[in-house]
Order: sequence, then C-alpha cells, then structure tokens
Amino acid sequence: MPADDKDPLLTAIDAGAHMLGLTIDPAWIPTVRANLDVSLRLGKLVDDFQLPDEHEPASTFKA
Amino acid sequence: MNQPAPSRPDAAAPLAAAEIAQAVSSGRSRASDIVAATLRRIAERNPLLNAFTDVTAQRAIARATAVDAAIAAGKTAGPLAGVPFAVKNLFDVKGLPTRAGSKINRELKPSVRDSVLVERLEAAGAILVGALNMGEYAYDFTGENVHDGPSRNPHDVTRMTGGSSGGSGGAVAGDLVPLALGSDTNGSIRVPSSFCGLFGLKPTYGRLPRTGSFPFVFALDHLGPLAKSPRDLALSYDAMQGFDAGDGACVDRPIDPVTAQLGNGVGGLRFAVAGGYFRNGLCAEGAEAVARVAKALNATDEIYLPEAARARAAAYIITATEGGSLHLPRLRTRPQDFDPATRDRLIAGAMIPAPLVDKAQKLRRWYRAQMLELFREVDVIIAPATPCVAPKLGEQTLVLDGVAMPLRANIGIYTQPISFIGLPVAAVPVPLSPLPIGVQIIAAPWREDIVLRVAQYLAESGVAASPVPANS
Repeated sequence: MPADDKDPLLTAIDAGAHMLGLTIDPAWIPTVRANLDVSLRLGKLVDDFQLPDEHEPASTFKA
Repeated sequence: MNQPAPSRPDAAAPLAAAEIAQAVSSGRSRASDIVAATLRRIAERNPLLNAFTDVTAQRAIARATAVDAAIAAGKTAGPLAGVPFAVKNLFDVKGLPTRAGSKINRELKPSVRDSVLVERLEAAGAILVGALNMGEYAYDFTGENVHDGPSRNPHDVTRMTGGSSGGSGGAVAGDLVPLALGSDTNGSIRVPSSFCGLFGLKPTYGRLPRTGSFPFVFALDHLGPLAKSPRDLALSYDAMQGFDAGDGACVDRPIDPVTAQLGNGVGGLRFAVAGGYFRNGLCAEGAEAVARVAKALNATDEIYLPEAARARAAAYIITATEGGSLHLPRLRTRPQDFDPATRDRLIAGAMIPAPLVDKAQKLRRWYRAQMLELFREVDVIIAPATPCVAPKLGEQTLVLDGVAMPLRANIGIYTQPISFIGLPVAAVPVPLSPLPIGVQIIAAPWREDIVLRVAQYLAESGVAASPVPANS
C-alpha cells in the first residue's frame, strides 16, 4: 500500500513501536489498533474540554 | 488457666468475621478449629470456584496455634482474633512470589515480607490462609485469567466473578473465607462485589497504604476489603488504617475508627441519586437495585455529576498510559508471556500522546473541585456499581442502550468516574433473583464512616444483603 494511503493509526503504531523499542507481531496489530482507536476517541473527549492555561494538573510535585 | 473447650469444627453455616472474632476471643471456639474447617472448605470447593492460587496452610495453622496459645494465656488476641482471610495475589505474602495474576511475575523471588495491610490484619489476630486469583496485572474487569483459569461466580459457576479482584469475590461469596482484600483502580473491588453479591469498601485514595503490593496505576490504585457484612468491612478497615511512608500517596491522617459508629444510623444525612450518565446503559436489574436503595434511604433528589463521561475518559487515559509505561520493559522482552488481551491494551496505552495525559491530569483537578462543591449540598450519592449482572464466562460484548460494546472496557463505566478522584465508596449488594447486583454508596473524601453507616443501615433494613449461593 502506498505510504500516503496507509491508515494513520497503523503508521502511528509503527512509529511508536520504533520509538519505544517494541516488537509487535503483525497478528497483534488489529487489536492494538482497536485499543488505540478507543483511547484516542476517549482522549478527544478529554482534549476538547477547555481549561485555562493556569489550571494545574492533579499530579503537582512538592519539593 | 483452663483450656477453652474445643468448638464444633464445621458449623452449619460459615461465620462472619465479627462472629468468629467474638467466639475465639471468648474461648467458645479455637482458632485452630476455625482454620482447619476453612482449609477443608477450600480443598472441597476451590477446584470448582478457582478463587485461590496459593493456600498457605502451614503458616495459617502455625498462626492459629499462636492465637489459641495467646488466648489460653489470658492475652488479648485482637479484634479479628482467629478470622481467616485471603488476599489478591498482587499483595506481597512472605515466601511467595507476588504473581499479580501474571505468568512473568511468578518467576520473581519470593517476598521477604508481607504487605503492610497483611501485617496489620495479622497483628489484629486475623489469619492469612492464602493468595487469590485475579485478572492479569489488574487490567481487567472480568476475573478471568489465561494463566490460572477464570474465577467462577459462586451464584452461577458459568458466570464471571468480575475483576480484577475475581478470586477475592469468589472466595468470600463462596464462603471459603469471610474476609478478603482486593485492589481497585477503576472498579476492581466494586465490580466483583456487585457480581458476587458482596459488600466491598474502596476507601479514599491515600487512606490505606499500598506498601508491599504490586502496582497497576500509581495515580489511581486503592486497596480494600470485601466481606458479607458492613461490620466485617469496618473491623478490617479499622485494623488496617494508619500512615505508612512506604506508599508515596498515603496521607498522614489520624486513624478514624468506624466500627463503633456503624450503628449511628442515617438520620441527618442528605442523599441524592446520580442521574444522567449514571442512568445511561443501565440494565433493569441495576435500575431496580438503585431504586430499592434510594427508597430505603428516602433519597428523592437526583444529582448530576458534571462531565462524568469526560472524567471516565480521563481515568481511562491515565490508566492506559501509566499501565503501558509500567510494563514497557516486560513488553519489550516477553510480550508473548502476557495475556494477549492485556498485552495489546498495554501496548496501545504506551502510544497515547503525552498532551492527552497532561490534560487528563488537569481535568482530574477540575473534576475534583466540582465534586467537592456537590458535597456541600449532599452527604451521600447513590449510583449503580455495574451496568449489568454477572455476564457469562467468555462473554466479549455487553449491550448498553441497545448497542453492543466491548465488555472488558465498559463494565467499569459507573465506577471509573468515582475512583478517578478517590472518593470513598461502599459497594452494597442488592439480592435480586437469580443474580445479585451492587450499588455504590459514595461520600466526600475521608468519610468512610458515612458510607459504612449507610451500608449498615441498608443491611439492617434487609435492602442490602449477601445472598447465599443457591448451590452452596
């Protein structure tokens, strides 16, 4: 399949595996993709919520 | 000092933890006989229920002997004297590798020390009898495990216990032990409590130390008990309270014993039922259970938790990314040794873009502030625990509002928005037929006293009860 026709999630999984040093068996890819798809859809719910720049994360470190 | 008269080793019905402790402390029963009967029940029933992965028989017998000797010598053995208990196998148990439901972890060296909560329960006189089955690495809502086999629901052994504390649910519901410990990141105490008809306590995040347990998501992990009565939850919770520096999230607060407060009733408490999101996709049984609890508490108001769907989404993102990160070294070297269902979720989690994680943590702080505002107007929020009764083992899909959804990812839709901000929850079982289902009793942070008082009131009124499995 030409690179510009490739499913962007599959491209992302390829790149992610490379960056993280993971070897992903081709047989696992459909399920990895399905899980990533769900995560990104839920992530969009989170990302779409507007919060001011000054709003801190819950995980605030105390020195 | 006279030796206590030996008790009947096998009572007609297994006793609750509170009854055992009273009987042993008074000398009417011996811990040795209680433990012997427990070990016999485990030997008889565990092959079917598959709740236990390890039975620490010799240790339990030795501890029971010590408890009996202490009582014979006129010493106090503790508020849980002689009570057999078991723990999800992500708790460290001295002499056992902490398998956390995995194949990989059982190759670890045996733990050199018990987890802090095991130590505290034993200091209170309770007796550890073994470690319990769970979903691999706690990334599970079913109680199924490809390495150790599924935990089976004592109410219908063709059905799930729920997870990930599946063995904890099965062991208590099946009367193998009166008390078990589990963990709850997004629902893993509350889901098996619901499916198995048990009372379960997910305390406030940071209340009970996680020292000496294998983690899943540091930002969201809680530990807590499952039992057949609120009193047993309260007794164990009181014994386990206290700061421990070994858990970076544990908050240094004074111990707040709740057992003595159980009978204080619910007068003066303000109740509301969670509407909106918490009614979407709920099965008829769940709606009936919530309605019965609301009626018993005279809860007529409905309350809307703001952005509950986004809160659940944020919990999902944090879980997936922290879980993926935690297991990355093992995913690199031994991916074939994971449960494929866990593995592929963890790999996907490791690839979620970082800005989404940062945003999820910011949403967490926002949502917490909104919920604390709600708790200025209400003391208790009532919500369903699970969208359905216990599914059949091996089921892959769940129908929510007429739409088939992946089961594993969606069993926790009602539990996740609550544990996301660490609110204390008592899961209470409503004994519908043929299968029970749970309801969440939710309070403001650090108000375990309120959730347990409400659970006790519901138990005394008969609305909440742990049903006896039909084939027990």
